[in-house]
Amino acid sequence: MKADPKGVMTGAHFLDGDHACCEGALAAGCRFVAGYPITPSTEVVERIAARFPAVGGMFIQMEDEIASSIAIQGAVWAGAKAMTVTSGPGFSLMMEHIGLAAMLETPCVFVNVQRGGPSTGLPTLPGQADMMQARWGSHGDYEVIAFCPNSPQECFDLTIEAFNMAEIYRVPVMLMLDECVGHMTEKVVIPEADAIEIAERRFTGAKPGEYLPYETNGNWVPPMVKAGDGHYFHMTGLTHDERGYPVMNAEAQEKCVHRIVNKIRENADAIVRLREAEIEDADVVVVSYGITSRVALKAISMAQAEGIKVGHMRLVTAWPFPENRIRRLADQGKAFVMPELNYGQMYLELERVVQGRTRSLLVPHGGGTVHDPEVIYRKIKEAVQ
Amino acid sequence: MSATEIKFSGFGGQGVILAGIIFGRAASIYDNKFATLTQSFGPEARGSACSAQLIVSEDQVLYPYVTRPQILMAMSQEAFNKFLPETTDDATVIIEEELVKATGLKPGMKLYGIPATRIAEELGRKMILNIVMVGFFTAVTGLVGYESAREAVKDSVPQGTEVMNLKAFDRGYQYGKELK
Repeated sequence: MKADPKGVMTGAHFLDGDHACCEGALAAGCRFVAGYPITPSTEVVERIAARFPAVGGMFIQMEDEIASSIAIQGAVWAGAKAMTVTSGPGFSLMMEHIGLAAMLETPCVFVNVQRGGPSTGLPTLPGQADMMQARWGSHGDYEVIAFCPNSPQECFDLTIEAFNMAEIYRVPVMLMLDECVGHMTEKVVIPEADAIEIAERRFTGAKPGEYLPYETNGNWVPPMVKAGDGHYFHMTGLTHDERGYPVMNAEAQEKCVHRIVNKIRENADAIVRLREAEIEDADVVVVSYGITSRVALKAISMAQAEGIKVGHMRLVTAWPFPENRIRRLADQGKAFVMPELNYGQMYLELERVVQGRTRSLLVPHGGGTVHDPEVIYRKIKEAVQ
Repeated sequence: MSATEIKFSGFGGQGVILAGIIFGRAASIYDNKFATLTQSFGPEARGSACSAQLIVSEDQVLYPYVTRPQILMAMSQEAFNKFLPETTDDATVIIEEELVKATGLKPGMKLYGIPATRIAEELGRKMILNIVMVGFFTAVTGLVGYESAREAVKDSVPQGTEVMNLKAFDRGYQYGKELK
């Protein structure tokens, strides 16, 4: 399906990442946003509040982030595409309902414009320290998909991708911006509506009374219904059977968890998005994401100027983690350097996959600004010594 | 790689950020260069010296922040005093000459001044001084084309104010051309 032209602001614009994210949501067909404004994500909802009503959409400023994260799920089950927008402290409050979205398999998007933390931390300055929270923040076993744009253009493009992935896999999708990308203004090209591919929601063909909300028929993802279409069923965060009713035993639990975990794990290679450059004959691969990936390129060119063979792998999706690709590169004996604006989060995944077979070095940073490329460059040199 | 780092500065309410946006838009949309604009947020941006930072380049901008501006635009004394020490030794310094007394310039620096507030007042609206500055800036730096900057002004100002703003732009531009 192609995008609805009503929501697509075709043309070349000079936008910041936050505003581009709003335009991406509109192009993706999102028509409901609930949120509670928080720096540095406020500009996303400011623009949404101004733009959505004009295309028949709705924005509600909720009493808090807990309410926002559940209001969007109500809207999704009423048939809308929906998202919420926040930053670290608000993201913390949303964790319970991220688990509910995983359990009910509600396709929805959570935008987190990351600032320095913990707690209220650095409201106006960048961090990338919510990456593990995005993956593990709610209790229980589940999987998510997370995107990490590194420019306003990608804030537009990947917001559309996030909505598409949410529909295809019926998972909460995290859009992990950072303050730098969110507040940076650059050229954003928005294509014609018919050049934008939109994943439609898959609705059941079953008649009312016959619909089983969690019947998969051998697929990973069951079809949905819209409230008001005459289907009655029970929705619960409790472990449930195909009808959606609570069933409290190990067998039902196994069936439930197995699917919500493996629908992502088994499809990881189809979900993972990487941008790679000069990896094949590299001795060292710099792995990075978000704003850090741009700074890393500067460090890479410094190292290359000295004849060091360095490649770059950018995680466009951070979750699921590209295990298979990293494992293959580690098997080839390549070393890894990973800068991120935290004290080692995605790096733990890298280490888990590399398993000590080659060198993997972290370039930590507490956040508040971006890395000095010189520091990454020195780590690249250390990795080849 | 040829990148130019620019700092637009003044006090809050002068339209400093808009000046940066117009120039970034002109460079990236109309001149097809790469332009990355960042600005300070939070308490540090609430004082009397506020700024927008712009990098214009032939290639993608990798490091997003301005570290040593080659061009400084200052519309207030405080902004001038605060940001001049950050500039390169051969920086181009562009000032609102009735609001800024330029002292402490290094020998390699080039200084251009314009009474932008007075010109804006002559045009009937004091608040368009930033657009006068943008016109002046376009003329003396030559970093973006005249037409590109003009189009960017048109795109960036509130609807219904285009004529007045373009007049302001042209006055600033003329003043700059005559000075050069």
